[in-house]
Amino acid sequence: MNAEILDAPGGLTLNDVCERLSGEIICRAELCDQIVTSACGCDLMSDVLAFTRPGSVLLTGLTNSQVIRTAEMLDLKAVVFVRSKKPDERTIKMAESLQIVLILSPYPLYESCGILYNAGLSGCQSRNQAVGA
Amino acid sequence: MEVGDVDAGTSLHYSFEVQGGDFGKAGDASSKVKRILQQIGADPEIVRRVAVACYEAEMNVVIHAHRGTVTLDADLKYITITIEDVGPGIEDVEMAMEPGFSTAPDSVREMGFGAGMGLPNMKNCSNELHIESTKDVGTIVRMIFENA
Amino acid sequence: MKLEIVAQKLNLKQINEIAQVEVSSGYASDLLSDVLARAKNGALWVTNHKHTNIIGVAVMLNLAGVIIAGGVEPDAGTVEKAKEEKISLFTTDLTLYEVVGRMYELGIRGCC
Repeated sequence: MNAEILDAPGGLTLNDVCERLSGEIICRAELCDQIVTSACGCDLMSDVLAFTRPGSVLLTGLTNSQVIRTAEMLDLKAVVFVRSKKPDERTIKMAESLQIVLILSPYPLYESCGILYNAGLSGCQSRNQAVGA
Repeated sequence: MEVGDVDAGTSLHYSFEVQGGDFGKAGDASSKVKRILQQIGADPEIVRRVAVACYEAEMNVVIHAHRGTVTLDADLKYITITIEDVGPGIEDVEMAMEPGFSTAPDSVREMGFGAGMGLPNMKNCSNELHIESTKDVGTIVRMIFENA
Repeated sequence: MKLEIVAQKLNLKQINEIAQVEVSSGYASDLLSDVLARAKNGALWVTNHKHTNIIGVAVMLNLAGVIIAGGVEPDAGTVEKAKEEKISLFTTDLTLYEVVGRMYELGIRGCC
């Protein structure tokens, strides 16, 4: 639906993302050959709603259904739950019906972001970057 | 519904109920709004802006109000989202528009909301934002999006 | 690595005086209870929050400093409290994801 933004040429497949994080795919594993090029690490959903690009991966320490709703509104491809915090069945089902990949990362948010950034996944624009400051 | 359902002279109108305090269902109305707009073939970037703004507004009802209604009106030119709630109202609308201003309790902050970015997000996403609020009665938020 | 060096390498905007401390590790979260439970002594904490509570948390845990990411400006109360409590406070236009990525690149590891 959305054109790919390829400013990090190549990007990573969601399988790569999962592997680099030594993670586990808990939802929609069959969609993990999709390529992502950007990521966002955040626990404040309004910030995510304001600044995250479509098609990005969201890394978060929250596991409630609002995370999935936020991903849905933004057309995000995947959510990484850090420190292997697993959402409840209802939340997983919601992601499944919306075709959003869910990955559990054993690492904290800091490590998870650090690993993916250094693997070449770029960030999304923040508010000042967005206005060209 | 098929693409092309909305042609000159016709418009669509949908309404969804929102229950205050029901965090399990919070976002359901916005999800439906998003799906309807996708089905009528609205531009994905506009759909995204409407979805984000509508979701923020719906969360406000869930966090602060007793109950509310999300209404979607769309025609060829405009998409309008109206969120009307029965609740405490906004004491100072101007102050509430300030990024970071929030009256949400810590329990809501721990859910990832209530950081005071809701109204600023709604303003950024929409072409027009109108807020009418009466203390102890409720709030009406109307957002207009140009359906280019 | 010295906090001063980290601030320089990441091009952070300095809000108050930089304490002469070593950064032991990094931590990233917007959930205060999570930070309280897991961030270690001497950690440099990256968050999207801007309210005064973040300084309280930093004092309690004896953190090396706090970086407010995403181009967010701290509240006036937060700046005041950071000065009062001598907690080094920074801002950056980089997102949390990016600033953490660069800290990681510098060799600063997490708190686990």
